[in-house]
Amino acid sequence: METFLGLDYPTLWYLVVGLLFSGYAILEGFDYGAGAWHLFFRKDLSRRIAINAIGPLWDANQVWLIIGGGALFAGFPVMYATMLSAMYVPFMLFLMLLVLRSSAIKFRSAEEMPWWRMTWDIIYFTSNVLISFLLGVVLANILQGFEIAENYSYTGGVFLSFLNPYAIMIGLTTVSLFMTQGAIFLLLKTEGRLHARLTFLLKKGMIFFIVSFAATSLYTLVFLPGVTDRFKEYPISFVIPLLAFLAVANVPRLVSKKKYGNALVFSSLTMSFLLMLVALQLYPVLLPSTISPNYSVTIYNAASSQKSLGIMLTIVLIGAPLLAGYFLFLYKTFHGKVKLDDTSY
Amino acid sequence: METEILARIQFAFTIAFHYIYPPLSIGLGLIMVIMEGMYLKTGDKQYEVLTRFWLKIFAITFGIGVATGIIMEFEFGTNWAVYSRYVGDIFGSALAAEGLFAFGLESAFLGILLFGWNRVSPKVHFISTVGVFLGSMFSAIWIVVANSWQQTPAGYHIVGEGFEARAEVTDFWAMVFNPSSLDRIIHVWQGAFLAGAFLVLSVHAYYLLKGRYVEISKKAFKIALGLATIVSLTQLISGHSSAEGVAVNQPAKLAAMEGHYDVSAPADLYLIGWVDNESQEVTGVKLPGGLSFLVHQNFEEPITGLNAFPKDERPGQVNAVFQFYHIMISIGMFLIGLTLYASLLWWRGTLFEKKWLLRIFAFSVILPQLANQVGWFAAEMGRQPWIVYGHLRTDEGFSQEVSSNQILFSLILFLVVYTMLFLLFIYSVNKKIKHGPYDEAKNPDEFLKYV
Repeated sequence: METFLGLDYPTLWYLVVGLLFSGYAILEGFDYGAGAWHLFFRKDLSRRIAINAIGPLWDANQVWLIIGGGALFAGFPVMYATMLSAMYVPFMLFLMLLVLRSSAIKFRSAEEMPWWRMTWDIIYFTSNVLISFLLGVVLANILQGFEIAENYSYTGGVFLSFLNPYAIMIGLTTVSLFMTQGAIFLLLKTEGRLHARLTFLLKKGMIFFIVSFAATSLYTLVFLPGVTDRFKEYPISFVIPLLAFLAVANVPRLVSKKKYGNALVFSSLTMSFLLMLVALQLYPVLLPSTISPNYSVTIYNAASSQKSLGIMLTIVLIGAPLLAGYFLFLYKTFHGKVKLDDTSY
Repeated sequence: METEILARIQFAFTIAFHYIYPPLSIGLGLIMVIMEGMYLKTGDKQYEVLTRFWLKIFAITFGIGVATGIIMEFEFGTNWAVYSRYVGDIFGSALAAEGLFAFGLESAFLGILLFGWNRVSPKVHFISTVGVFLGSMFSAIWIVVANSWQQTPAGYHIVGEGFEARAEVTDFWAMVFNPSSLDRIIHVWQGAFLAGAFLVLSVHAYYLLKGRYVEISKKAFKIALGLATIVSLTQLISGHSSAEGVAVNQPAKLAAMEGHYDVSAPADLYLIGWVDNESQEVTGVKLPGGLSFLVHQNFEEPITGLNAFPKDERPGQVNAVFQFYHIMISIGMFLIGLTLYASLLWWRGTLFEKKWLLRIFAFSVILPQLANQVGWFAAEMGRQPWIVYGHLRTDEGFSQEVSSNQILFSLILFLVVYTMLFLLFIYSVNKKIKHGPYDEAKNPDEFLKYV
């Protein structure tokens, strides 16, 4: 098997996909999070400002989902196909909510009528909360494994089996994590009374996060004993949960010092460390089979050919710096507090 | 209903709905590049007003295009799992390239395009417009490459057997430039340019008929007319070249397009007709031997007919393929006639004097859209029963573990959400058109505020 920097191609692509989904979680984390606070803002102007804080950015942030999905399809077609068809209902709901969310952003401020805005506000809030929740649910289901039999055929329940207690817990944790991230982001983009209201809301959000995070961690350790195997095997890897814990603890500290920029960095790091935790525990498995480990989808049986992975790694080497350049330029252009003008939503 | 049929209906519905928007974005993108370029070059504020106006409509179109496009990206996995595993190695790299090179470019610059007027210099804004336009052109490349590979696979080999079988890339560039991709990319781009140009023509014809925004509408109309004339004419070339390719690579599809059954006989070219699949007869107006002439430049040369293929290896819906193909051609011909005639009047300096012509333009917005849709229907239905031509059948490609109830559930969701989305789209575009580039009644010189 061909290698690059000592890692085989499937492992490298695993890192690429992981990186893309971390980027997605961090960037859309504050977008979805900001939206999950939407109904907590009372005045119409506050809601407009909150939407315009993500206005020029959300479409670009969403590209991380598109590229991540493409990367999964490209590098691990078996994983892409098996996961999406097994989790048909949650993914269809997720996609539909994405459409509703985009529509809400585009159309909310297009009309003045209160009923119109209220309807879109509710749609916007609900879709952001549910999208975040479903992302957690999918992650939890992957961690718990699927009923995959021979030939990657899924034999589990089709409608509501994805909503098990653990999935609900991780779903809520994701919502709380995104809400924290979103509130910190909005604090960077707002001023005046909305800013003051957000400092109050952020405190609630952090409490919500710490409670659900602690409960989920406890549940994981008690009910999913297998989840810690990898860490017992390689004690050195305990450094990641430790870092995650430190990052989590650092967020309230920085918030209390009003260093919101740094707080955003550390809440983003929290997400990356938590995802690394999941990635490390699973590797090289992508989708554990609860029927037999032989049927699990791994990065090796799911991967595209060496040739194809090589081409795609080349594409990434060329494309990633370009993408980074676009994003730097975009974020630099829209740096600073929101100012509404004739181009705003 | 069966899972396969439902999965196909859902795919057809979601892709057809999606395909209303990206062609408009590509076409409007090009027109905005021209308008904003003219503004930078001449400093004429009227071009800036036009750019800003079309940008508002572009924003809605683009937004719905992205939202419905994400669904397509994941629908391969949810509904066509077997197909996804089979083609992932090939299709995947095209999708990854599309995401990184095309979507990254367009989405990042979109923010600046839409919200950056007051934050960046006119030059940087123009660069963003060009960036978004190029991004949308690139995304068309990769997605058409992937689809063309399904039509005319190249640069691959099949590895494994039975359930494990899949296509793997052996030659990336042969895969990208498979026999049909170049013709089809150009043809798709042209269809997109026409969709955008005819929307602009329609809206400004409407203004001219109403006597509103006369001066800027004449400018915009001429830009769009120039583009539409060139593109509708050159589309003949890509269309012809594409059909010649189909004759070589997908003979069953070509035969279905003209309802040609005889194993080996000269084939006719129909202007209009109706295919009876049972009696294998076509009733209609034809040019005898016309298809033979188009493909071989000889009216007598035989063309392989549908009966040369086993019944289960040729399109089942021959009449549908025939009709869709002929509607596309008829619309194309009509657009050539319309734009040539209008250009002649333009040259004579009497373009805006004929009300009836403007009225035709006002309604013609629907035609390129229709042609784009039926053109794809003909291409996709003509490929049946294959999902990957000659290798994987459509009835083998869908997700085996997904139940028909699940698809019914998502199909209903799509119907509801997309209907709402379509109504919103029509409502808000209509509102923006009615409102116009600026409030003329209150302040006819309002656009001068930008000076």
